[in-house]
Amino acid sequence: MSLQQTPLYPMHQKYHGKLIDFGGWELPVEYEGSGIIAEHHQVRRQAGLFDVSHMGEIEVRGAKAAAFVQNLVVNDITPLAEGQICYSPMCYPDGGCVDDLLVYKFSPEHFFIVVNAANTGKDFAWMQEQAIPGATLTNLSSGYAELALQGPGAEAVLQKLCDVDLGAIRYYWFDPRVKIAGIDCLVSRTGYTGEDGFEIFIAPDRACEVWEAIMAAGGGRVLPIGLGARDSLRFEARLPLYGHEIDREITPLEARLDRFVRLGKPSFIGKEALVRQNAAGPQRLLAEFEMIGRGIPRSHCEIQKDGQVIGWVTSGGYAPTLDKNIGLALIGQEFATAGAQFDVIIRGKPVRAQVGAGIFYKRKR
Amino acid sequence: MEIREGLYYSEDHEWVRVEGDNAYVGISDFAQEHLGDIVFVELPDLDGEFEAGAAIGVIESVKAVSDMHTPVSGKVIAVNEALEDSAGVLNKEPYDRHVAVLKMSNRADLDKLMNSVDYTAFCTREAE
Repeated sequence: MSLQQTPLYPMHQKYHGKLIDFGGWELPVEYEGSGIIAEHHQVRRQAGLFDVSHMGEIEVRGAKAAAFVQNLVVNDITPLAEGQICYSPMCYPDGGCVDDLLVYKFSPEHFFIVVNAANTGKDFAWMQEQAIPGATLTNLSSGYAELALQGPGAEAVLQKLCDVDLGAIRYYWFDPRVKIAGIDCLVSRTGYTGEDGFEIFIAPDRACEVWEAIMAAGGGRVLPIGLGARDSLRFEARLPLYGHEIDREITPLEARLDRFVRLGKPSFIGKEALVRQNAAGPQRLLAEFEMIGRGIPRSHCEIQKDGQVIGWVTSGGYAPTLDKNIGLALIGQEFATAGAQFDVIIRGKPVRAQVGAGIFYKRKR
Repeated sequence: MEIREGLYYSEDHEWVRVEGDNAYVGISDFAQEHLGDIVFVELPDLDGEFEAGAAIGVIESVKAVSDMHTPVSGKVIAVNEALEDSAGVLNKEPYDRHVAVLKMSNRADLDKLMNSVDYTAFCTREAE
């Protein structure tokens, strides 16, 4: 099967992206020059521009749109104002995750949902199965390109190109009518890096113009960033990734996303299972850990305590800003307390690690 | 990409510098470029004996984990311990930073390796 290309493909060529097959998409893992670690620091210290057009966009419209979305996700969308966004896992009846997503509220009759690229088809099919009269679903994924401009310098650069005051777009809010370099865009103050920044939705045929305008406005202070640093940035900021921290077999309570699970809602898909799990207490929990011994923990590495398997690494690696080898592990809840130690099995050998709390990156505000 | 003259090269993109019976082994510029930012090196044990082509250590970049092989048979007589604290120097100076030194047990192993001209052609084919 041939790889899909995003509308930004010409930019990846122009800026010398090292292209890889990313779940069927031909996207840059990094750009030639400085490497993933330098790209990571660039975003933490200045600003970076990402092509995230592979993400899926699904629109819900109709008199029952709000009721439909409220039943679909585990977070509570009723307090959302028009122009506001919320993050939520979306669960199966057994509490396992279909995906995690962002819900953009345009109005009570109009929502825009952004889902993970590789899950778009599955998510859309799942949503259609839950459809109710009065809510119409449309998969708009091919109708949008998406850019992310992330980093402490993002606002200053983007403001040069915009006709609106970006300071008025608060964290997890959006403005659907922003002109960037004269081109219509939806701009939200969201991201997947742990930094301040924006995500920008554009018609595919204008996406390269917006990219070039941002690069020019950056005047060398914005660099294109590949998927390698996107993953290291999200991981270091402890942001969950579907297929790792959450999955078909992992509930949001196990992944410690409790604050996004509103068990008090009258009803939603997965409620009964999650209420039960919450009452009993999850048997497994996601734990932060730092390596004590020499070694880099990688996804799927087994975790042992006194030779017994107690779980596995969901994400792990070298965190460039923290300059530490750290990880997240799904382990038996009795082992998930700060200060506890366990072994990560790396190439067949146990390497000691210690559970911590708050060891991941948090930006100073 | 630099390919240094005077070294022997393997198809796994390791180099060998010969000094008497000793073989200094490291990774090529092609290898470090392909791996990306190197963040961890696992060195072989001293006195370990290996056949040519065997894995003697591990090199990890941000995204990838790969075995380091020895292009020649022999016994490990020294390792570059400095790499344990600064693995990233393999990206910057791949030909000036050996990973290990082996006392060769079979000099004929060198005949199976490439010189810089052969290796240049090999890398060109690999890149295609």
